[in-house]
Amino acid sequence: MEFETIIGLEVHAQMLTETKIFCGCSTEFGQKPNSLSCPVCLGMPGVLPVLNRKVVEHALKTAIATNCSINKYNRFARKNYFYPDLPKGYQISQFELPIAVDGFVDIEVKNKKILKRIGITRIHMEEDAGKLLHQLDGISSESSYVDYNRTGVPLMEIVSEPDMRSPEEAGEYLRILRSVLQYLDVCDGNMEQGSFRCDANVSLRPKGREELGTKVELKNMNSFRHVEKALEYEIQRQQDMLEEGETIVQETRLWDESGGVTFSMRSKEEAHDYRYFPDPDLVPIVIEDSWLQEIKGQLPELPKEKVERFIKQYGIPEYDAGILSSNRQIADYFEQCTGIYHKPKSISNWIMGDILRNLGDTREIDNFPVTPKHLAGMLELIDKGTISGKIAKTVFEEMFTSGKMPEEIIRKKGLVQMSDQNEIEKVIGEIIDRNAEAVEEYRQGKEKIFGFFVGLVMKATQGRANPKIVNEILRRKLAG
Amino acid sequence: MTKQLYQMTIHELNKLLEDKKVSSGEIVESVFKRIESVEEKVHAYITLTYDLAMQHARDADGRILRKEAGFLTGIPLAIKDIICISGVKTTCGSKMLENFIPPYDATVIKKIKSQSAVFAGKTNMDEFAMGSSNETSFFGPARNPWDTERIPGGSSGGSAAAVAADECIASLGSDTGGSIRQPASHCGVVGLKPTYGRVSRFGLIAFASSLDQIGPVTKDVEDAAILLNCISGFDPMDSTSVNREVPDYTKALVKNAKGLTLGIPKEYFVEGLDPEVEKAVRDGIREIEKQGAKIKEISLPHTQYAVAVYYLIAPAEACSNLARYDGVKYGYRSDCKSNLREMYEITRSEGFGPEVKRRIMLGTYALSAGYYDAYYKKASQVRTLICRDFENAFKECDLVVTPTAPAPAYRVGEKISDPLSMYLDDIFTVPANLAGLPCISVPCGFNDKGLPMGLQGIGNLFEEEKVLRCAYCFEQNTDWHLRRPFKDAVSAC
Repeated sequence: MEFETIIGLEVHAQMLTETKIFCGCSTEFGQKPNSLSCPVCLGMPGVLPVLNRKVVEHALKTAIATNCSINKYNRFARKNYFYPDLPKGYQISQFELPIAVDGFVDIEVKNKKILKRIGITRIHMEEDAGKLLHQLDGISSESSYVDYNRTGVPLMEIVSEPDMRSPEEAGEYLRILRSVLQYLDVCDGNMEQGSFRCDANVSLRPKGREELGTKVELKNMNSFRHVEKALEYEIQRQQDMLEEGETIVQETRLWDESGGVTFSMRSKEEAHDYRYFPDPDLVPIVIEDSWLQEIKGQLPELPKEKVERFIKQYGIPEYDAGILSSNRQIADYFEQCTGIYHKPKSISNWIMGDILRNLGDTREIDNFPVTPKHLAGMLELIDKGTISGKIAKTVFEEMFTSGKMPEEIIRKKGLVQMSDQNEIEKVIGEIIDRNAEAVEEYRQGKEKIFGFFVGLVMKATQGRANPKIVNEILRRKLAG
Repeated sequence: MTKQLYQMTIHELNKLLEDKKVSSGEIVESVFKRIESVEEKVHAYITLTYDLAMQHARDADGRILRKEAGFLTGIPLAIKDIICISGVKTTCGSKMLENFIPPYDATVIKKIKSQSAVFAGKTNMDEFAMGSSNETSFFGPARNPWDTERIPGGSSGGSAAAVAADECIASLGSDTGGSIRQPASHCGVVGLKPTYGRVSRFGLIAFASSLDQIGPVTKDVEDAAILLNCISGFDPMDSTSVNREVPDYTKALVKNAKGLTLGIPKEYFVEGLDPEVEKAVRDGIREIEKQGAKIKEISLPHTQYAVAVYYLIAPAEACSNLARYDGVKYGYRSDCKSNLREMYEITRSEGFGPEVKRRIMLGTYALSAGYYDAYYKKASQVRTLICRDFENAFKECDLVVTPTAPAPAYRVGEKISDPLSMYLDDIFTVPANLAGLPCISVPCGFNDKGLPMGLQGIGNLFEEEKVLRCAYCFEQNTDWHLRRPFKDAVSAC
């Protein structure tokens, strides 16, 4: 039997704010345990939360960028459960009236050929919990310890509709969503540090059937690759079970990265009753139109708009524009380069090639040793004929490792292109003399070996010979 | 016989202090001498802070010399043990917080400190303010100074008893369903619950967040106005406090009731109301009428549901507010070490008393999946109807006047095993909390056993001035507030 996969995703994005959602503590990552805490985020008796306005603004930006309707009257609710990382015994979240509902993002599927719309059910604001440490200074003990630094860091939960039909679509949705959040500067999108987390709901149904199958919730996936792998595993597991005539149990399963499997964490029966109710310590949030207009005015250009502009303004292919715009910093880098030296397509080629390859997964171009000045300078040198495209590869490597400017590298390493006609003629003359047999073959029609001669010239000049001139002279001389 | 310092009011002492006839240190000594002589019988305090009080008194005396004194400078106050004072043990009447010392001041404490008032100690209360008799206090109940076999009321029973027994000059309590007014009524003192949002709740240990409000317990209405002046106002630390100007409440104190219309709700004068209480309250209403008020019978048709609504909403909020007492971060923790779940269960089983557990269970049930709509949600809807009753009432009157409690103070132990009958004691006080309205209880007589009774005035939102004016006019034309218990003890000092 053929099955259809149904996937919905819940993303928890840590919002980029200076201070926590309900108190003045810093949100900095990686500080000494409990150094960023106060009576309010520690849930001491008698303290009260006060909402950080920036959090609402971040959520509003996200809501607008993902085409949601905004609940102009929304409020916080308490989600009640006991756990040591939750100091108040409840998490302040939103339930009945979240800040935004009914949005969507468009993703490109099937090798980017088809546009698909993924619905967003809701976006709500909430506070993060702390962290349990089961070891202290690397030594495990009988007790566990709690670090409340993360308690109260603002989160945005973005819940999608069950609109995705494959792990690839899920991955694409996450990539698009993350790039939107990064563009808005509301989340740094770092999955490894946990500032962008994802849970997945997945179910299978026989193709053509309307009714949804029993869903399983997957947790503990800390990279895009693991989301896709966990989904692939889970889909296979469910398919095998269904084919054997077994029933799927509604449950929460954890992804085990090292084993490459999912395993059951709790069943539906063990699920918490969170006893949500409106938080009486916080007044409802009323979003005035003037506030909303102000936020709209602050929105930066979003990826989709940027792609369109890049195509129009720089005349680069859609494919290039898409890759360059997938990350705001990379797009900015591109535009900085074109600002210095206006050769958009060459710049795009270098970014998509050597730069992205050397950036790795983090894509943090801001700290990349080859700055727009480096790259633009090098391209100018190519166009002026100072260096060849081939030499440029060497120059790039050197810029990447030493951070030196291209002119300096060329000067110190003697990489200046050889463009002197006479000099090149001399080299070519010697090569033709020494390879009479090959010359004969070429003249009898075996033109394929032209490249062989070029190679010899380059070898003899350590790659410095101007390829255009080499081609000209070679053709002339070989023609006899 | 001249009055002792401890017997005096804030406004009397303020005059003496400003005229340099007495020092704050002398007042503190006088109050602590009084405490020494009666506290054993009354048990109004959980913690006494004599050293701190003497230190505050020195600061206050310096300030008076520099002519920088405010109304509360140098005045010994007793603070209900549910309000946090930095560095002072704050137990909330519970084993759970037996050794809890907050590292922060409640906003009301900051405000009072800024006037250099003196803190005599932390007063006894029902555990986490859950109770109407003080009997649920982990430290043993406070007693009614008029008859120490009887309860002082609750939950601010210690505050009311301390004021009535002259163990402090004035006090702060908190009122969730009558916790200031009912003990004030039982102890023959003045108790005021401000409008919800008038006074910051920051640093008030939460029982039911949408109902809790801090307010004064005092020897007369003028003192209530003085204390309210100090503690009122918007607080950026409390989102539910309201940003609205604070008038000078003492300006509202006039001795007539001309132009005021009193609404008398028929639903409050029904079977079950003690005949002596009814007579005293009706006499009181006639007295205010004599001072110029118009009297009008009104109806608050949803009154009968108020107690049921209250006992769903308050426990629902409480079960969530009290979840933080889990043994992890502060407060009591059982020494069980087998696993997390057991630590939670044993800590909370041992740390909370039976009434607190009962309300946690009630609240948990009311919020549970499948019951939320029938209980919590329905209660919230009926709460709106109760609010509407008052909105309609205030279209035809300025104040609603009722008895504070259906009967005078009962004996210790009389109702403790019958929670339902104890809950019904709150019948006249909970509606004002549900509607967030300002209200006051003033002494309006004594029954044949010599027990005080109280008259309650309820005003419209933020109309504390009318509430105070009516209470002041009544008080100044009667002398119930001048009576004091422990005649013998007074002469002995």
